[in-house]
Amino acid sequence: MVDTKVDEPTQIQDGEATVVPPRLAVAENRRGSGEDFAALADEITVRDLDFFYGKAQALFGNTIDFKKNRVTAVIGPSGCGKSTHLRALNRIFNLYRDQRASGEILFEGSNILSKDTDLLELRRRIGMIFQKPSPFPMSVFDNVAYGLRQHYRLNRSELAMRVEHALKRSAIWDEVKHKLNEPGNALSGGQQQRLCIARAIAAEPDVLLMDEPCSAIDPVATAKIEELILELKDKYTIVLVTHNMQQAARVSDYTAFFFQGRIVEFGSTTDIFSCPTEKQTEEYITGRFG
Amino acid sequence: MSTVDIDIPPQAGAPRGSMKAETRGRRLRLGDPIFRGLATASGLFLAVAMVGLGVVLVIDSWPAITGLGTKMLTTVAWSPSTGEYGALAALVGTFLSTLVAMVIAVPLALVIALLLVELVHPKVSRVVGTVIEMLASIPSIVFGMVGIFTIVPFMQDHLVPWVLSTPLGKVPGIAPGPNYAGGGVSIFTAGVVLAFMVLPFITAVSRDVMKMVPQVTKEAGYGLGSTTWEVMRKISLRYANSGIVGAIFIGFGRALGETMAVAFLIGSVFTSLPHSVFDPGTSIASLIALNFSEATDKLQISALIELGLILFILTILFQVAAQAWLRRVQRVTGGRA
Repeated sequence: MVDTKVDEPTQIQDGEATVVPPRLAVAENRRGSGEDFAALADEITVRDLDFFYGKAQALFGNTIDFKKNRVTAVIGPSGCGKSTHLRALNRIFNLYRDQRASGEILFEGSNILSKDTDLLELRRRIGMIFQKPSPFPMSVFDNVAYGLRQHYRLNRSELAMRVEHALKRSAIWDEVKHKLNEPGNALSGGQQQRLCIARAIAAEPDVLLMDEPCSAIDPVATAKIEELILELKDKYTIVLVTHNMQQAARVSDYTAFFFQGRIVEFGSTTDIFSCPTEKQTEEYITGRFG
Repeated sequence: MSTVDIDIPPQAGAPRGSMKAETRGRRLRLGDPIFRGLATASGLFLAVAMVGLGVVLVIDSWPAITGLGTKMLTTVAWSPSTGEYGALAALVGTFLSTLVAMVIAVPLALVIALLLVELVHPKVSRVVGTVIEMLASIPSIVFGMVGIFTIVPFMQDHLVPWVLSTPLGKVPGIAPGPNYAGGGVSIFTAGVVLAFMVLPFITAVSRDVMKMVPQVTKEAGYGLGSTTWEVMRKISLRYANSGIVGAIFIGFGRALGETMAVAFLIGSVFTSLPHSVFDPGTSIASLIALNFSEATDKLQISALIELGLILFILTILFQVAAQAWLRRVQRVTGGRA
């Protein structure tokens, strides 16, 4: 886990003389600060993304680059569209009749919003972790093997090997290695969430979309998952929606601040948290609204 | 997380004495006990009716229980002249026709429930769901008549001859026995009509348990690149499977006790065992219905009442088992989901 240091409280000029909560300092050793953003390889490039629930527009012209092997945090107040944005990236919104997106989401050079996208393959390559742990009603082993069985032809030993590998990568192997045949929902909440991460990475994705993965679990389990996110970014590109700014500061390389369906500010996490250029961003991260 | 700069007076929220509403000063101390008494009496009435029914059945069937003993359940005979009564044929016919009904109705009900929950537009789902529930309220005699005029001829002219012409027609249990009467009036036909009658119950209950599958669990399946079919088969059905077992129990209990439609269609052969589902036979309920009005022999009446007692116990057992099972399922899925 990355250390979080806290600066002295500061005053904001234009407001009344209120005490502003301490600003979050970001860890020194993160990427994002000081590297050449434009030179990094693109994983997903979003251009002018609009999103509609029926007639109500929820996203307005979102343009953002998610870079390979980086953790990009998406923050913003409730209802700002951060989850909606995430759900566009693997087109899970297509399950619902009245939801649609327009614009471009480029993944490996092709627009995934186009009609001829292979959704099954897209969702294998862009895995998703949900707010609430969602183990399937089957054993721990079968949960992790689910995606593998679906997308690959593997013999028993290969399957077992890959399940073990995924569980180890998700830092849960030691806790479940003797309970592989027990039902997945018999695990604790935090374990269930790591099981879901194992299930997602077993299918060998390139990207992991995490929709507030720690909001339903306790602080100790949260710490474990944050640690895991930092480890996983060596291999995966991670987009992390979170309402917890400390979490964004702790684990992300880049941060996008969403407000009312628009991306107000995007930059390295260091910059966003230490010297935001937009007033709305500053007010949000210092806890003045949201 | 917002800082709101509104001054809230510390006492706000606590009503002052002057604002207190005056009470109506009611002194109805009798209302509650009266209502409680009425409610208890009504509840007790149900329990008493249930127990009373059981007791009357036992008392009236006592001559048969003591006079015939286990012969009632193990022999095939129905002869007032010799005083021999054995209902084995009716038991076999009941279970066979119920089995046929379940084999047809369960897969059909599951497919319809899946369609209603997962695939069709919510509006269509509501309309079709209502139609299916209406199907449940059609009197069984109507099913019986429709069965006689349409299904019996269809079985006799098309389905049964065709099945018997295939290699399947040689399999024991399908190959016709000595009582074979063309296959139109048969245990199988009764089972088919029974299937339509229990279909709404099984569909409605399985639809309700499938609706309990959390959306996020299904989304997680889609998120891993599953097709709708895979999510339904591997996740929804598995999640709902114990609830579906409960639904099947309910259907089974209903099919066991169904009388009129079966009496019309099953053929009323109660003096010999059926060799095949295409043979005519009888069921417990139709045996009672068709013999009771003509029964004069005391032992026969008592034997028929004993059959009623058997049916009473069987259907209660199935209902209780189904309800207990469903309650358990709701607790497990509701608590853990």
